Amino acid sequence: MDAPRIEWVTTDRRPAASVQIWKAAAAVGLVALACALPFLSSDYALFQYCQVYSYAIALLGLNVLTGYNGQISLGHGAFYAVGGYTTAILMERAGVAYGWTLPISGVLCFVVGFLFGLPALRIAGTYLALATFALALSVPQILKHFDSWTGGTQGMVVAKPEAPRLLHLNSDQWLYFLTFAILLLLMILAWNLLRGRIGRAIVAIRDNPVASQAMGVHNALYKSLCFGLSASYTGIAGSLAALSVGFVSPDSFTALLSITLLVGVVVGGLASISGAILGAIFVQFMPSAAHELSKAAPWAIYGASLILCMYVMPGGAAGLLQRLWQRAARRLR
Amino acid sequence: METFLQQVVSGLAAGGIYAAFALALVMTYLATNAVNFAQGEMAMFSTFVASALIESGMPYWAAFFVTLAIAFLGGVAIERAILRPLERAPVLALTIVTIGLLTIFNSMAGWIFGYTIRTFPSPFPPSPVRLGGIVVSRHSLGSLGVTLALLALLYVFFRYTHLGLAMRAAARYPVGSRLVGIRVGWMLALGWGLAAAIGAVAGILIAPVLFLEPNMMGGILIYAFAAATLGGFTSPVGAVIGGFLVGIIENLAGTYIRFIGADLKLTVALGIIVLVLIFKPSGLFGQPHAQQL
Repeated sequence: MDAPRIEWVTTDRRPAASVQIWKAAAAVGLVALACALPFLSSDYALFQYCQVYSYAIALLGLNVLTGYNGQISLGHGAFYAVGGYTTAILMERAGVAYGWTLPISGVLCFVVGFLFGLPALRIAGTYLALATFALALSVPQILKHFDSWTGGTQGMVVAKPEAPRLLHLNSDQWLYFLTFAILLLLMILAWNLLRGRIGRAIVAIRDNPVASQAMGVHNALYKSLCFGLSASYTGIAGSLAALSVGFVSPDSFTALLSITLLVGVVVGGLASISGAILGAIFVQFMPSAAHELSKAAPWAIYGASLILCMYVMPGGAAGLLQRLWQRAARRLR
Repeated sequence: METFLQQVVSGLAAGGIYAAFALALVMTYLATNAVNFAQGEMAMFSTFVASALIESGMPYWAAFFVTLAIAFLGGVAIERAILRPLERAPVLALTIVTIGLLTIFNSMAGWIFGYTIRTFPSPFPPSPVRLGGIVVSRHSLGSLGVTLALLALLYVFFRYTHLGLAMRAAARYPVGSRLVGIRVGWMLALGWGLAAAIGAVAGILIAPVLFLEPNMMGGILIYAFAAATLGGFTSPVGAVIGGFLVGIIENLAGTYIRFIGADLKLTVALGIIVLVLIFKPSGLFGQPHAQQL
């Protein structure tokens, strides 16, 4: 039996003009639908959608690192925690406006990620997975230890932001639009970054580090930058999640969160931007659906879907959709 | 001084468990070139099996050996069924699959055995031993003894038996081994089986101290990772020495560095891993990694 390959969904193939128009139309339709949702759904549903978007931002970040650059991180929950706690501490202890805490956690996580990425240069593959997994496991302890800042086991309450008075939205609707806008912005940013020269360098490092170095790519710099960028996305996602949940505590950032993020990336599709949203929908809604079966069921399904994806669906949900789309397009032609 | 010695001895006792786990990790690493993130959960599951056997009325040592056999067969089966098709897949795929196994074993244990915390019997009498001013529980001494005996057995197995030598050859030089007639695939599966059995021993030994529940292994696993990293992932002897060192460092750091105390002990393990990877990525006894172009 042949070893299954990981198929990377690449975005740099340029499809025909008609396909591009269809894709653009589908994107516009989806955005329109997303903008209509706050006026059709309950506040609780809106909260869930907010969570989906926050997860999607984090998955986007993790995907830049793991999917495109080939560095495994099992510790991105740590950056999610740094983002969440940055927002909570700045708002509750320093009185900073919530809007400012988002770029601050982005920058802070970029620096932390970049610094963590430096030793990661010396270590590749499983060792990196190991070091980041250790990071994920020790996060709750660290958070509990510095309790004068983080509120310890009790956690911290984060005030829900009010919508600007001009807009006549309630705070759930406002938060929904804010999260959605940031997700769109970050998706476009990532897409632009990855389809150009920098993106090719990032992918080249994944596919053949020696060859990319020989071609003049500064491997070390790009790998650390990837780590920083990825951490930064995840940090912003953590901040947004903290705002919509209204609460942070060490127990929301266990190693299981990091594994959840990995599941999202793999199920959504490695090296795929749209996969981030599909993965986020999966990790947000599957557990509550499976919970009725048994308390243990969500994690059994997570595990099984990780293994299954590696065997039969290496491109994840996005890869599957792409394949179906191509088959349909061929039939139509 | 007495506190110091006491901490060193407690460190050695804990280190024995880390050593056994690290040994299991190194075994799988040598066999399949991947770190098995599910090692801790597999051990936890085996311990639950042992607990169920004992509760059904089986004597302790009979349950112990039956569990080892089950763990061994389970390990072989997992390698054959799940890891084998991924033999030439990238490290990323292997890592993701072992993470998948981790969550599956964790949830299966919760599903079958429940989430309530159970006690687990120790075969050793509860009264502690006094050596001068130092107090050691008989269970710690006993588990130390079992770990050392296990080590000696493995050493003899890998040094003096035909099968042990074949397994080492298969892990180290797969192509050459195949040419001299060693069935490389099965040797790797045996490696997984042995690792699972060693993990089961470690799980059964730690369960009376930690209590038995599906999430008991998170902390232990990270110490075992630190031990294997410190000793070198390619060296079984290194893993064992690393295990004892990590046990001692953990206890001393917890006692003497006020800042760390009891609640940052996991972070000590993280620190060890990161420091070793920065300054000596191959560990104390491991072979430096060379890449062929």
